[in-house]
Amino acid sequence: MAISVIVPNALTPYSRGVGTLVVTEPVATVGDALAAVAARLPALTDRVLTEQGEIRRHVNVFVGEESVKFLDGLSTPVTDGTTITIVPAVSGG
Amino acid sequence: MTTSSRSSGPAAGDVLVLVGTTKGAFIFSSDKSRRKWNVDGPHFPGEAVYSIAYDSRGGRTRTLVGAHSNHWGSTIRLSDDFGRSWTGPERQAVRFPESSGLSLAQVWQITPGHADEPDVVWCGVEPAALFESRDAGASWAPVEGLLNHEHRPKWMPGGGGLCLHTIVTDPKDKKRMAIAISTAGFYRTDDGGKSWRPRNNGVRAVFLPNKYPEFGQCVHKVVNHPSRPERLFLQNHWGLYRSDDWGESWQDIANGVPSDFGFAMQMHPHDPDTVYIVPIQSDEFRVVPEGKLRVYRTRDAGNSWEPLAAGLPQDQAFENVLRDGLTADSHDPAGIYFGTRGGKLFGSADAGESWQELADALPPICCVKAAVVA
Repeated sequence: MAISVIVPNALTPYSRGVGTLVVTEPVATVGDALAAVAARLPALTDRVLTEQGEIRRHVNVFVGEESVKFLDGLSTPVTDGTTITIVPAVSGG
Repeated sequence: MTTSSRSSGPAAGDVLVLVGTTKGAFIFSSDKSRRKWNVDGPHFPGEAVYSIAYDSRGGRTRTLVGAHSNHWGSTIRLSDDFGRSWTGPERQAVRFPESSGLSLAQVWQITPGHADEPDVVWCGVEPAALFESRDAGASWAPVEGLLNHEHRPKWMPGGGGLCLHTIVTDPKDKKRMAIAISTAGFYRTDDGGKSWRPRNNGVRAVFLPNKYPEFGQCVHKVVNHPSRPERLFLQNHWGLYRSDDWGESWQDIANGVPSDFGFAMQMHPHDPDTVYIVPIQSDEFRVVPEGKLRVYRTRDAGNSWEPLAAGLPQDQAFENVLRDGLTADSHDPAGIYFGTRGGKLFGSADAGESWQELADALPPICCVKAAVVA
C-alpha cells in the first residue's frame, strides 16, 4: 500500500525537508494516514491537528481534489494510490 | 527558526522594549539615556504575537514569545541572545490534555515566576487556562486546579475570546498568586494553584443582569507593586478599582479620568502609589477620548489622576492601546512605553512627563514589555 501525503513548504522544516511523504502502513482513512505520519513526524502533525486530533480551523486537507470537509473529514476513506494534500487555507488579515 | 540582523547585542544597563504585533515581534533597544533606539525585526513575520516577556533570573537573558500562526497554531519560542537566534519546541509545548476537550488557541501572557525559583515561568492562554513551566519555558503543564475549576462551564468569552490574560504574583508569598480572565473576573490562589476563589467584590459587570456577581466580570488588567503586593489596581470593562487587601474588596478610584473604560495599566517600577492607564472612550467606540492621545497617571494610589500628553498627538488621534500595550523599564527616572492599534510606539524617559515617537508604522501592536539588561 502507498498513500502519498503532500506537505506544504511552510511545514517541511518538520518533515525533514521532504515535500511528499509516503505511507506504506495499511491504513483505511485520512485519519489513519495522518496517524501513521504522526508516529514518525509528530511535530508535523502538531501543526495540522489540534491536541484534540481535529484538523486546525485554517488548514485544509484534500483527498485527490476534494477537501475532506466535503467528504467525511478524517474518516474519509483512502485506498492504495490515494494522494492526501495538506494546504494552508485562504485566510488572514 | 533563526532570525538575525544585529551585529552586536545590548549591554548591561541597556533598555529593551519588546513589541508584539499582529504580524510579528520587534525588539527595540537603547542605552540608559533612551534617546536613540535600534530596532530589530520583524521576528516571526506574519505571526501574531500577543505575549512577550524578558527573563533575567538565574543569569539568563531570555526573551519568550508567544507566536500564533493563523494556520499552524501557537508556539512559545525562546531566544537567549536578544533575538539573534530562536529555539522553539518541535512538538507544541503548551498542550491541553485530551481529557479536557480543549485546544490551545492563543498564548496571552507570559510571566516569570519568583526570583528564588528562576526556572518557573507561567503562561496564560485561550481558552482560559494557566500553564506552568519548571524549565524556564521549554516545557509546560496545565495548572489542574484552575483547569478543572467548577466555574469553568459558566465562564463566557469576551471580544478577544475566553482568555487568561493577566497573572499577578506575590514576591512575599510563593503560594499566592492571581489571574484575570475575560470574562470570568479575578481569581486568587493561596495554596500554589490547587484551589482558586473569585475575588470580585465591588467590581461591576455592566453587561450582566446582576451588576455585582461573584464572578463573570470582564477584568481587563490587574497590576501590583512588588514592595506592596497586597495593593492591587484593576482596569475593568468599565471601572477603575483599587484593592488594599489582595482582592478581598475593591474601591472605585475613577477620580478625574475622562473615561473609566480602558485596557492598559502599568505600575511605576519604584513607587507603589503611581500607576499609568490609557482611558478609552467607550465599549462601543474604542479610541482615546476627544481624539487626544493621553496617558493618565496617579501618584496617590488613585485618589487623583493627571493627563500626560507632552509630545503625544492631540488632534484626530483615534488610537487604542490594548491591555498589554503599556509598560515600564526599571531605570530612575522610569521609562514608560506604549504601543497603539495604529502601529505607533511611544516612549518617555522621564516617567511620562514627555514623550517621543519610537515608531510610527508598525503593524497593529498587541503587547509591549520593557526590561533593563542586567
